[in-house]
Amino acid sequence: MKARVHIMLKTGVLDPQGEAVRHALGSMGFDGVSGVRQGKVIELDLAETDESAARAEVEKMCEALLANTVIERYDVELI
Amino acid sequence: MKAAVLVFPGSNCDRDLAVAFRAAGFQVDMVWHKDQDLPAGTDIVGIPGGFSFGDYLRCGAIAARSPIVSALKRHVEKGGYAIGICNGFQVLLETGLLPGALMRNAGLRFMCRSVPLEIATTASDFTNGYDQGAVISLPVAHHDGNYQATDDIRRALQGEDRIALRYQSDVNGSVDRIAGILSENRRVLGLMPHPERAADEKLGLTDGQAMFTSLAASVVDA
Repeated sequence: MKARVHIMLKTGVLDPQGEAVRHALGSMGFDGVSGVRQGKVIELDLAETDESAARAEVEKMCEALLANTVIERYDVELI
Repeated sequence: MKAAVLVFPGSNCDRDLAVAFRAAGFQVDMVWHKDQDLPAGTDIVGIPGGFSFGDYLRCGAIAARSPIVSALKRHVEKGGYAIGICNGFQVLLETGLLPGALMRNAGLRFMCRSVPLEIATTASDFTNGYDQGAVISLPVAHHDGNYQATDDIRRALQGEDRIALRYQSDVNGSVDRIAGILSENRRVLGLMPHPERAADEKLGLTDGQAMFTSLAASVVDA
């Protein structure tokens, strides 16, 4: 089973990189973009075959290492 | 009087930090990240600057989960001293030993220059060698030094006088111009500027020296 973890900055946390991307898009003529948030995607190959066990395990990994829950939120997708 | 300097793959200020500790009278052990324990009798742990584990995932994130950092946590829980500089500050935040997070500089640029800093409190063994409100000059060299924290944490840091240093003017977007903060027991300091790079007359910068000498005096008294 594979898991895909989406990590984004929490709402309200300023994202300087996203802002820079928004500015760049604007200067290229894409002026319909009012906001950009940049995050990351991590894909995991898992030995676990049970969905709920896999999800619980990946959430534990997110809390322990993959996300900094002070500033980031995460979302686990099983694929 | 013993200092332990942690060394991770990608640390690059570890030897500078050792030199600064030795100059202040400490005996220094360099401790590899895979070690399970600190040397017996360690008074202070130095977590150096650099790019531990290539800044992969997040700055300091992987280092914060290494075996030696478990030993660092035990040391701090027992009331031991620790100083984390630059990447070391990032490691301390990732371990949760200090609150908040460091994000990409607001201007997105890597900042590498000496900056004026205000000593925001002298009520710590790191800063009692300075005058309250004194302005000192220390080098910064970082891409992710933009200190951010929730309003609750900011209020706690202010109310408990735990902001150790402030940038005199904005450098990287940090809230309240925070450059360094103390733990609740005031024995753990994390800061972005590099006192160890300003602790030797031969380098032309000496404003960081007092941080190590005042610490040495406190450790002797303790």
